[in-house]
Amino acid sequence: MSEFLAFFVPWEFSWLVQISVWGALLLYFNGLRKTPAGELPGYAPIIGFVLGVVLMYLVTQTRFDYWSQYMFFVHRGQHLVLHHLAPFLIALAMPAPVLARGLPAGVREWFARQAWLRAAWVPIYRWLQQPAIACILFVGLIAFWLTPEIHFDAMLNVTLYWVMNWSMALDGLLFWWLMFERGRGGITPRLGYGTRVLLLFAVMVPQIIIGASITFADANWFEVYAVCGRAWPLDPMTDQHIGGLITWIPAAMMSVIGALVILRFWIYDDAARNAARPAAARA
Amino acid sequence: MKPVRLALTALMLLGLSACADQGWNGKSIEGLMPELEFELTAETGETVTESVFAGRPVAMYFGFTHCPDICPTTLARLVAAVRRLPEPLQEELQLAFVSVDPGRDGPQQLADYTDAFSERMLGLTGTQRQLKALTRRYRTTYGYEDERADGSYNVSHSSAIFVFDAAGEPQLMLLDSLGVAEIAADLEKLLAERAENADNA
Repeated sequence: MSEFLAFFVPWEFSWLVQISVWGALLLYFNGLRKTPAGELPGYAPIIGFVLGVVLMYLVTQTRFDYWSQYMFFVHRGQHLVLHHLAPFLIALAMPAPVLARGLPAGVREWFARQAWLRAAWVPIYRWLQQPAIACILFVGLIAFWLTPEIHFDAMLNVTLYWVMNWSMALDGLLFWWLMFERGRGGITPRLGYGTRVLLLFAVMVPQIIIGASITFADANWFEVYAVCGRAWPLDPMTDQHIGGLITWIPAAMMSVIGALVILRFWIYDDAARNAARPAAARA
Repeated sequence: MKPVRLALTALMLLGLSACADQGWNGKSIEGLMPELEFELTAETGETVTESVFAGRPVAMYFGFTHCPDICPTTLARLVAAVRRLPEPLQEELQLAFVSVDPGRDGPQQLADYTDAFSERMLGLTGTQRQLKALTRRYRTTYGYEDERADGSYNVSHSSAIFVFDAAGEPQLMLLDSLGVAEIAADLEKLLAERAENADNA
Protein backbone atom coordinates (compact mmCIF):
# COMPACT_ATOMS: atom_id res chain seq x y z
CA MET A 1 0.00 0.00 0.00
CA SER A 2 2.76 2.44 0.96
CA GLU A 3 4.53 1.58 -2.30
CA PHE A 4 1.34 2.39 -4.18
CA LEU A 5 1.12 5.77 -2.45
CA ALA A 6 4.83 6.42 -2.97
CA PHE A 7 4.15 6.25 -6.71
CA PHE A 8 2.15 9.48 -6.42
CA VAL A 9 4.91 11.49 -4.76
CA PRO A 10 6.29 13.76 -7.52
CA TRP A 11 9.94 13.04 -8.28
CA GLU A 12 10.45 16.68 -9.23
CA PHE A 13 7.62 18.82 -7.96
CA SER A 14 6.66 21.49 -10.50
CA TRP A 15 4.35 24.34 -9.59
CA LEU A 16 3.83 25.07 -13.25
CA VAL A 17 2.55 21.55 -13.97
CA GLN A 18 0.46 21.45 -10.79
CA ILE A 19 -1.20 24.80 -11.50
CA SER A 20 -1.73 23.98 -15.18
CA VAL A 21 -3.29 20.57 -14.53
CA TRP A 22 -5.47 21.43 -11.56
CA GLY A 23 -6.32 24.81 -13.12
CA ALA A 24 -7.44 23.13 -16.36
CA LEU A 25 -9.60 20.61 -14.51
CA LEU A 26 -11.12 23.31 -12.30
CA LEU A 27 -11.90 25.56 -15.27
CA TYR A 28 -13.41 22.64 -17.15
CA PHE A 29 -15.74 21.59 -14.34
CA ASN A 30 -16.72 25.16 -13.64
CA GLY A 31 -17.39 25.54 -17.37
CA LEU A 32 -19.54 22.41 -17.43
CA ARG A 33 -21.55 23.75 -14.51
CA LYS A 34 -22.27 26.97 -16.39
CA THR A 35 -23.06 25.27 -19.72
CA PRO A 36 -26.76 25.18 -20.67
CA ALA A 37 -28.11 21.63 -20.72
CA GLY A 38 -28.57 21.66 -24.49
CA GLU A 39 -24.92 22.49 -25.17
CA LEU A 40 -23.26 19.99 -22.82
CA PRO A 41 -20.51 18.06 -24.60
CA GLY A 42 -21.62 14.51 -23.69
CA TYR A 43 -19.82 11.82 -21.72
CA ALA A 44 -17.15 10.82 -24.23
CA PRO A 45 -15.53 14.27 -24.62
CA ILE A 46 -15.67 14.89 -20.86
CA ILE A 47 -13.98 11.57 -20.12
CA GLY A 48 -11.48 12.18 -22.95
CA PHE A 49 -10.50 15.60 -21.67
CA VAL A 50 -10.11 14.53 -18.05
CA LEU A 51 -8.20 11.40 -19.04
CA GLY A 52 -5.84 13.43 -21.25
CA VAL A 53 -5.07 15.96 -18.52
CA VAL A 54 -4.69 13.27 -15.84
CA LEU A 55 -2.33 11.28 -18.09
CA MET A 56 -0.11 14.35 -18.51
CA TYR A 57 -0.04 14.72 -14.75
CA LEU A 58 0.75 11.05 -14.14
CA VAL A 59 3.77 10.97 -16.45
CA THR A 60 5.30 14.18 -15.07
CA GLN A 61 4.39 14.41 -11.39
CA THR A 62 4.74 10.85 -10.10
CA ARG A 63 7.34 8.12 -9.79
CA PHE A 64 6.86 7.64 -13.54
CA ASP A 65 8.95 10.78 -14.09
CA TYR A 66 11.83 9.20 -12.15
CA TRP A 67 11.75 6.11 -14.35
CA SER A 68 11.56 8.37 -17.43
CA GLN A 69 14.73 10.13 -16.39
CA TYR A 70 16.68 6.95 -15.82
CA MET A 71 15.36 4.55 -18.44
CA PHE A 72 15.32 5.36 -22.13
CA PHE A 73 12.28 3.29 -23.01
CA VAL A 74 10.20 4.79 -20.18
CA HIS A 75 11.27 8.23 -21.39
CA ARG A 76 9.94 7.34 -24.86
CA GLY A 77 6.69 6.27 -23.22
CA GLN A 78 6.52 9.59 -21.39
CA HIS A 79 6.87 11.48 -24.66
CA LEU A 80 4.33 9.22 -26.35
CA VAL A 81 1.84 10.35 -23.72
CA LEU A 82 2.89 14.02 -23.72
CA HIS A 83 3.09 14.45 -27.48
CA HIS A 84 0.61 11.95 -28.85
CA LEU A 85 -1.89 10.29 -26.55
CA ALA A 86 -2.86 12.97 -24.02
CA PRO A 87 -3.05 15.93 -26.48
CA PHE A 88 -4.96 13.65 -28.88
CA LEU A 89 -7.62 12.99 -26.25
CA ILE A 90 -7.73 16.63 -25.12
CA ALA A 91 -8.02 18.07 -28.65
CA LEU A 92 -10.62 15.50 -29.67
CA ALA A 93 -12.77 16.62 -26.71
CA MET A 94 -12.83 20.23 -28.07
CA PRO A 95 -12.71 21.71 -24.58
CA ALA A 96 -12.19 25.37 -25.61
CA PRO A 97 -15.80 26.62 -25.26
CA VAL A 98 -16.24 24.86 -21.91
CA LEU A 99 -12.90 26.17 -20.60
CA ALA A 100 -13.79 29.71 -21.68
CA ARG A 101 -17.13 29.44 -19.87
CA GLY A 102 -15.26 28.25 -16.80
CA LEU A 103 -13.38 31.54 -16.48
CA PRO A 104 -14.91 34.00 -14.02
CA ALA A 105 -16.94 36.65 -15.91
CA GLY A 106 -14.56 39.42 -14.79
CA VAL A 107 -11.53 37.66 -16.20
CA ARG A 108 -13.30 36.90 -19.47
CA GLU A 109 -14.34 40.54 -19.86
CA TRP A 110 -10.82 41.69 -19.05
CA PHE A 111 -9.44 39.43 -21.79
CA ALA A 112 -12.10 40.68 -24.22
CA ARG A 113 -11.00 44.27 -23.57
CA GLN A 114 -7.32 43.55 -24.25
CA ALA A 115 -7.51 43.85 -28.03
CA TRP A 116 -3.73 44.05 -28.29
CA LEU A 117 -3.37 40.64 -26.64
CA ARG A 118 -5.57 39.06 -29.27
CA ALA A 119 -3.85 41.07 -32.01
CA ALA A 120 -0.50 39.73 -30.86
CA TRP A 121 -1.47 36.15 -30.15
CA VAL A 122 -3.75 35.28 -33.08
CA PRO A 123 -1.20 35.89 -35.89
CA ILE A 124 1.46 33.90 -34.03
CA TYR A 125 -0.96 31.07 -33.39
CA ARG A 126 -2.20 31.01 -36.99
CA TRP A 127 1.36 31.11 -38.26
CA LEU A 128 2.25 28.09 -36.12
CA GLN A 129 -0.86 26.31 -37.36
CA GLN A 130 0.05 26.39 -41.04
CA PRO A 131 0.15 22.79 -42.31
CA ALA A 132 3.84 22.75 -43.25
CA ILE A 133 4.97 24.46 -40.03
CA ALA A 134 2.78 22.21 -37.88
CA CYS A 135 4.32 19.09 -39.49
CA ILE A 136 7.88 20.37 -39.25
CA LEU A 137 7.38 21.27 -35.59
CA PHE A 138 5.75 17.93 -34.80
CA VAL A 139 8.49 15.79 -36.32
CA GLY A 140 11.28 18.31 -35.80
CA LEU A 141 10.84 18.37 -32.03
CA ILE A 142 10.99 14.58 -31.84
CA ALA A 143 14.18 14.59 -33.91
CA PHE A 144 15.65 17.57 -32.05
CA TRP A 145 15.31 16.12 -28.56
CA LEU A 146 16.47 12.70 -29.77
CA THR A 147 19.68 14.10 -31.26
CA PRO A 148 22.16 12.27 -29.02
CA GLU A 149 24.18 15.35 -27.93
CA ILE A 150 21.05 17.40 -27.21
CA HIS A 151 19.37 14.47 -25.48
CA PHE A 152 22.45 14.12 -23.31
CA ASP A 153 22.28 17.73 -22.09
CA ALA A 154 18.51 17.65 -21.64
CA MET A 155 18.77 14.67 -19.30
CA LEU A 156 21.58 16.32 -17.30
CA ASN A 157 20.10 19.78 -16.83
CA VAL A 158 16.89 20.26 -14.87
CA THR A 159 15.77 23.36 -16.78
CA LEU A 160 16.42 21.85 -20.19
CA TYR A 161 14.57 18.71 -19.11
CA TRP A 162 11.44 20.70 -18.32
CA VAL A 163 11.77 22.80 -21.48
CA MET A 164 11.88 19.52 -23.40
CA ASN A 165 8.77 18.06 -21.78
CA TRP A 166 6.77 21.28 -22.02
CA SER A 167 7.70 21.75 -25.67
CA MET A 168 6.49 18.23 -26.44
CA ALA A 169 3.19 18.69 -24.60
CA LEU A 170 2.46 22.13 -26.09
CA ASP A 171 3.36 21.06 -29.61
CA GLY A 172 1.22 17.95 -29.21
CA LEU A 173 -1.74 20.17 -28.27
CA LEU A 174 -1.12 22.48 -31.25
CA PHE A 175 -0.88 19.62 -33.72
CA TRP A 176 -3.87 17.54 -32.62
CA TRP A 177 -5.93 20.71 -32.15
CA LEU A 178 -5.33 21.48 -35.83
CA MET A 179 -6.21 17.91 -36.80
CA PHE A 180 -9.49 17.75 -34.89
CA GLU A 181 -10.74 21.33 -35.48
CA ARG A 182 -14.49 21.24 -36.17
CA GLY A 183 -17.81 22.65 -35.01
CA ARG A 184 -18.24 26.37 -34.52
CA GLY A 185 -15.35 28.29 -36.11
CA GLY A 186 -12.62 29.75 -33.93
CA ILE A 187 -9.15 31.09 -34.59
CA THR A 188 -7.73 27.67 -35.58
CA PRO A 189 -7.41 27.35 -39.37
CA ARG A 190 -9.87 24.77 -40.69
CA LEU A 191 -8.04 22.45 -43.04
CA GLY A 192 -9.83 20.18 -45.50
CA TYR A 193 -10.28 16.61 -44.26
CA GLY A 194 -8.14 15.24 -47.07
CA THR A 195 -5.32 17.62 -46.17
CA ARG A 196 -5.44 16.48 -42.55
CA VAL A 197 -5.18 12.81 -43.49
CA LEU A 198 -2.23 13.65 -45.74
CA LEU A 199 -0.53 15.57 -42.92
CA LEU A 200 -0.98 12.64 -40.55
CA PHE A 201 0.67 10.42 -43.13
CA ALA A 202 3.42 13.00 -43.64
CA VAL A 203 4.34 13.00 -39.93
CA MET A 204 4.02 9.22 -39.69
CA VAL A 205 6.75 8.37 -42.20
CA PRO A 206 9.62 10.28 -40.51
CA GLN A 207 8.53 8.95 -37.12
CA ILE A 208 8.77 5.41 -38.49
CA ILE A 209 12.23 6.20 -39.84
CA ILE A 210 13.41 7.68 -36.52
CA GLY A 211 11.89 4.84 -34.48
CA ALA A 212 13.22 2.11 -36.77
CA SER A 213 16.70 3.68 -36.84
CA ILE A 214 16.84 3.60 -33.05
CA THR A 215 15.44 0.06 -32.89
CA PHE A 216 17.93 -1.35 -35.38
CA ALA A 217 20.96 0.73 -34.32
CA ASP A 218 23.77 -1.56 -33.25
CA ALA A 219 25.52 1.12 -31.21
CA ASN A 220 24.31 2.68 -28.00
CA TRP A 221 23.21 6.16 -29.09
CA PHE A 222 21.93 7.42 -25.78
CA GLU A 223 24.90 7.06 -23.49
CA VAL A 224 23.41 9.44 -20.96
CA TYR A 225 21.39 6.61 -19.37
CA ALA A 226 24.59 4.66 -18.75
CA VAL A 227 26.29 7.80 -17.52
CA CYS A 228 23.49 8.61 -15.10
CA GLY A 229 22.76 5.06 -14.08
CA ARG A 230 19.57 3.21 -14.91
CA ALA A 231 16.57 2.97 -12.62
CA TRP A 232 17.25 -0.76 -12.40
CA PRO A 233 19.90 -2.95 -14.03
CA LEU A 234 18.81 -3.49 -17.66
CA ASP A 235 20.92 -4.18 -20.71
CA PRO A 236 21.50 -0.81 -22.48
CA MET A 237 20.79 -2.24 -25.92
CA THR A 238 17.54 -3.84 -24.73
CA ASP A 239 16.54 -0.48 -23.29
CA GLN A 240 17.32 1.23 -26.59
CA HIS A 241 15.48 -1.42 -28.67
CA ILE A 242 12.29 -1.10 -26.64
CA GLY A 243 12.60 2.71 -26.73
CA GLY A 244 12.95 2.61 -30.50
CA LEU A 245 9.90 0.40 -30.84
CA ILE A 246 7.83 2.81 -28.72
CA THR A 247 8.98 5.74 -30.88
CA TRP A 248 8.09 3.76 -33.97
CA ILE A 249 4.94 1.66 -33.59
CA PRO A 250 2.48 3.29 -31.14
CA ALA A 251 3.48 6.76 -32.38
CA ALA A 252 2.75 5.77 -35.98
CA MET A 253 -0.47 4.07 -34.84
CA MET A 254 -1.67 7.39 -33.45
CA SER A 255 -1.52 8.80 -36.99
CA VAL A 256 -3.64 5.90 -38.25
CA ILE A 257 -6.18 6.30 -35.45
CA GLY A 258 -6.22 10.07 -36.04
CA ALA A 259 -6.89 9.49 -39.75
CA LEU A 260 -9.77 7.13 -38.91
CA VAL A 261 -11.31 9.76 -36.63
CA ILE A 262 -11.02 12.37 -39.39
CA LEU A 263 -12.57 9.99 -41.93
CA ARG A 264 -15.50 9.65 -39.56
CA PHE A 265 -15.89 13.46 -39.41
CA TRP A 266 -15.74 13.46 -43.20
CA ILE A 267 -18.44 10.82 -43.63
CA TYR A 268 -20.73 12.52 -41.11
CA ASP A 269 -20.25 15.90 -42.82
CA ASP A 270 -21.01 14.41 -46.22
CA ALA A 271 -24.07 12.65 -44.88
CA ALA A 272 -25.29 15.88 -43.28
CA ARG A 273 -24.74 17.79 -46.51
CA ASN A 274 -26.55 15.17 -48.59
CA ALA A 275 -29.42 15.18 -46.14
CA ALA A 276 -29.61 18.98 -46.36
CA ARG A 277 -29.52 19.15 -50.17
CA PRO A 278 -32.82 17.41 -51.11
CA ALA A 279 -34.51 19.35 -48.35
CA ALA A 280 -33.26 22.60 -49.86
CA ALA A 281 -34.39 21.46 -53.35
CA ARG A 282 -37.88 20.68 -52.08
CA ALA A 283 -38.25 24.08 -50.44
CA MET B 1 17.36 34.01 -10.59
CA LYS B 2 14.98 31.63 -12.39
CA PRO B 3 14.48 33.72 -15.58
CA VAL B 4 18.21 34.35 -15.73
CA ARG B 5 18.90 30.64 -15.56
CA LEU B 6 16.28 29.97 -18.20
CA ALA B 7 17.84 32.55 -20.49
CA LEU B 8 21.28 31.06 -19.89
CA THR B 9 19.97 27.61 -20.69
CA ALA B 10 18.41 28.89 -23.90
CA LEU B 11 21.72 30.46 -24.85
CA MET B 12 23.48 27.25 -24.05
CA LEU B 13 21.04 25.41 -26.25
CA LEU B 14 21.85 27.72 -29.13
CA GLY B 15 25.53 27.29 -28.51
CA LEU B 16 25.43 23.50 -28.12
CA SER B 17 27.47 22.88 -31.24
CA ALA B 18 30.02 25.39 -30.03
CA CYS B 19 30.07 23.78 -26.58
CA ALA B 20 30.96 20.40 -28.00
CA ASP B 21 34.22 21.82 -29.26
CA GLN B 22 36.14 23.04 -26.23
CA GLY B 23 38.97 20.63 -26.73
CA TRP B 24 37.84 18.13 -24.07
CA ASN B 25 37.72 14.41 -24.72
CA GLY B 26 35.12 14.10 -21.99
CA LYS B 27 31.89 15.98 -21.82
CA SER B 28 31.91 19.50 -20.43
CA ILE B 29 29.26 19.93 -17.72
CA GLU B 30 30.24 23.44 -16.76
CA GLY B 31 27.11 25.33 -15.78
CA LEU B 32 24.84 22.31 -16.30
CA MET B 33 24.92 21.20 -12.68
CA PRO B 34 25.23 22.65 -9.18
CA GLU B 35 28.46 22.78 -7.17
CA LEU B 36 29.63 19.85 -5.06
CA GLU B 37 27.80 19.37 -1.77
CA PHE B 38 27.30 16.26 0.35
CA GLU B 39 27.36 14.64 3.75
CA LEU B 40 28.69 11.09 3.73
CA THR B 41 30.65 8.61 5.81
CA ALA B 42 34.31 8.32 4.85
CA GLU B 43 36.33 5.09 4.86
CA THR B 44 37.73 6.24 8.20
CA GLY B 45 34.24 6.02 9.68
CA GLU B 46 33.96 9.77 10.10
CA THR B 47 31.08 11.85 8.79
CA VAL B 48 32.45 14.26 6.20
CA THR B 49 31.24 16.96 3.81
CA GLU B 50 32.66 18.33 0.56
CA SER B 51 35.15 20.32 2.68
CA VAL B 52 37.08 17.07 3.20
CA PHE B 53 38.68 17.73 -0.19
CA ALA B 54 40.15 20.96 1.19
CA GLY B 55 39.72 23.01 -1.94
CA ARG B 56 41.37 20.56 -4.31
CA PRO B 57 39.97 19.40 -7.66
CA VAL B 58 38.18 16.05 -7.35
CA ALA B 59 37.52 13.15 -9.70
CA MET B 60 34.51 11.31 -8.29
CA TYR B 61 33.06 7.96 -9.28
CA PHE B 62 29.88 6.20 -8.11
CA GLY B 63 30.02 2.42 -7.86
CA PHE B 64 30.11 -0.53 -5.45
CA THR B 65 32.98 -2.73 -4.34
CA HIS B 66 31.32 -5.98 -5.50
CA CYS B 67 31.08 -4.52 -9.02
CA PRO B 68 32.37 -7.25 -11.32
CA ASP B 69 33.77 -5.27 -14.23
CA ILE B 70 32.85 -1.62 -14.86
CA CYS B 71 34.02 -0.14 -11.54
CA PRO B 72 37.45 -1.78 -11.33
CA THR B 73 38.28 -1.09 -14.98
CA THR B 74 37.10 2.54 -14.79
CA LEU B 75 39.00 3.18 -11.58
CA ALA B 76 42.09 1.45 -12.98
CA ARG B 77 41.95 3.67 -16.07
CA LEU B 78 41.53 6.77 -13.90
CA VAL B 79 44.49 5.85 -11.73
CA ALA B 80 46.62 5.00 -14.79
CA ALA B 81 45.72 8.38 -16.29
CA VAL B 82 46.71 10.19 -13.09
CA ARG B 83 50.08 8.40 -13.13
CA ARG B 84 50.74 9.84 -16.58
CA LEU B 85 50.41 13.41 -15.28
CA PRO B 86 53.51 15.42 -14.42
CA GLU B 87 54.50 14.80 -10.78
CA PRO B 88 53.32 18.10 -9.22
CA LEU B 89 49.90 17.81 -10.89
CA GLN B 90 49.41 14.27 -9.62
CA GLU B 91 49.53 15.55 -6.06
CA GLU B 92 46.82 18.09 -6.69
CA LEU B 93 44.02 15.82 -7.80
CA GLN B 94 41.85 14.12 -5.20
CA LEU B 95 40.16 10.85 -6.18
CA ALA B 96 36.88 9.79 -4.62
CA PHE B 97 34.90 6.56 -4.83
CA VAL B 98 31.30 6.77 -3.61
CA SER B 99 29.74 3.38 -2.95
CA VAL B 100 26.00 3.31 -3.60
CA ASP B 101 25.79 -0.08 -1.92
CA PRO B 102 26.09 0.80 1.80
CA GLY B 103 24.52 -2.55 2.72
CA ARG B 104 27.71 -4.36 1.75
CA ASP B 105 30.30 -1.57 1.76
CA GLY B 106 31.30 -0.58 5.30
CA PRO B 107 34.27 1.72 6.05
CA GLN B 108 36.78 -1.15 6.27
CA GLN B 109 35.62 -2.73 3.03
CA LEU B 110 35.85 0.69 1.34
CA ALA B 111 39.31 1.44 2.71
CA ASP B 112 40.65 -1.93 1.49
CA TYR B 113 39.10 -1.39 -1.92
CA THR B 114 40.27 2.17 -2.56
CA ASP B 115 43.77 1.55 -1.20
CA ALA B 116 44.21 -1.15 -3.80
CA PHE B 117 43.84 1.52 -6.48
CA SER B 118 45.54 4.58 -5.04
CA GLU B 119 46.39 6.10 -1.70
CA ARG B 120 44.87 9.35 -2.93
CA MET B 121 41.48 7.73 -3.40
CA LEU B 122 38.95 8.36 -0.65
CA GLY B 123 36.13 5.86 -0.17
CA LEU B 124 32.76 7.33 0.76
CA THR B 125 29.30 5.98 1.38
CA GLY B 126 26.24 6.96 3.37
CA THR B 127 22.65 6.29 4.20
CA GLN B 128 20.20 5.86 1.34
CA ARG B 129 18.97 9.38 1.99
CA GLN B 130 22.46 10.87 1.82
CA LEU B 131 23.36 8.91 -1.29
CA LYS B 132 20.09 9.78 -3.01
CA ALA B 133 20.66 13.46 -2.26
CA LEU B 134 24.13 13.42 -3.82
CA THR B 135 23.32 11.26 -6.86
CA ARG B 136 20.16 13.21 -7.53
CA ARG B 137 22.11 16.47 -7.42
CA TYR B 138 24.11 15.21 -10.39
CA ARG B 139 21.05 13.72 -12.06
CA THR B 140 22.31 10.19 -11.68
CA THR B 141 20.71 7.27 -9.97
CA TYR B 142 21.33 3.69 -8.87
CA GLY B 143 19.19 0.64 -8.31
CA TYR B 144 19.48 -2.89 -6.96
CA GLU B 145 18.73 -6.18 -8.61
CA ASP B 146 16.78 -8.80 -6.64
CA GLU B 147 19.06 -10.85 -4.41
CA ARG B 148 20.19 -14.15 -5.91
CA ALA B 149 20.24 -17.47 -4.03
CA ASP B 150 23.84 -16.90 -2.89
CA GLY B 151 22.99 -13.44 -1.52
CA SER B 152 24.76 -11.53 -4.29
CA TYR B 153 23.02 -8.88 -6.35
CA ASN B 154 23.90 -6.48 -9.12
CA VAL B 155 23.70 -2.68 -8.73
CA SER B 156 23.05 -0.21 -11.54
CA HIS B 157 25.00 3.02 -11.19
CA SER B 158 26.48 5.91 -13.13
CA SER B 159 29.30 4.92 -15.45
CA ALA B 160 30.94 8.36 -15.64
CA ILE B 161 33.68 10.00 -13.61
CA PHE B 162 32.62 13.47 -12.46
CA VAL B 163 35.42 16.02 -12.28
CA PHE B 164 35.02 19.10 -10.08
CA ASP B 165 37.36 22.07 -9.89
CA ALA B 166 38.89 23.32 -6.64
CA ALA B 167 35.81 25.44 -5.93
CA GLY B 168 33.58 22.37 -6.28
CA GLU B 169 32.14 23.52 -9.61
CA PRO B 170 31.40 20.59 -11.93
CA GLN B 171 33.70 20.70 -14.95
CA LEU B 172 33.82 17.43 -16.79
CA MET B 173 32.21 14.07 -17.18
CA LEU B 174 34.65 11.37 -18.24
CA LEU B 175 32.60 8.75 -20.05
CA ASP B 176 33.56 5.11 -19.90
CA SER B 177 34.34 5.15 -23.61
CA LEU B 178 37.49 7.20 -22.96
CA GLY B 179 40.92 5.63 -22.89
CA VAL B 180 43.74 6.32 -20.42
CA ALA B 181 45.50 8.81 -22.74
CA GLU B 182 42.30 10.78 -23.30
CA ILE B 183 41.50 10.94 -19.59
CA ALA B 184 45.08 12.02 -18.85
CA ALA B 185 44.89 14.78 -21.47
CA ASP B 186 41.67 16.13 -19.99
CA LEU B 187 42.96 16.02 -16.42
CA GLU B 188 46.20 17.70 -17.39
CA LYS B 189 44.35 20.45 -19.23
CA LEU B 190 42.04 21.03 -16.26
CA LEU B 191 44.83 21.06 -13.68
CA ALA B 192 47.11 23.20 -15.86
CA GLU B 193 44.34 25.78 -16.24
CA ARG B 194 44.07 25.85 -12.48
CA ALA B 195 47.82 26.36 -12.10
CA GLU B 196 47.63 29.20 -14.62
CA ASN B 197 44.80 30.85 -12.75
CA ALA B 198 46.70 30.53 -9.50
CA ASP B 199 49.72 32.19 -11.10
CA ASN B 200 47.60 35.07 -12.33
CA ALA B 201 45.97 35.59 -8.98
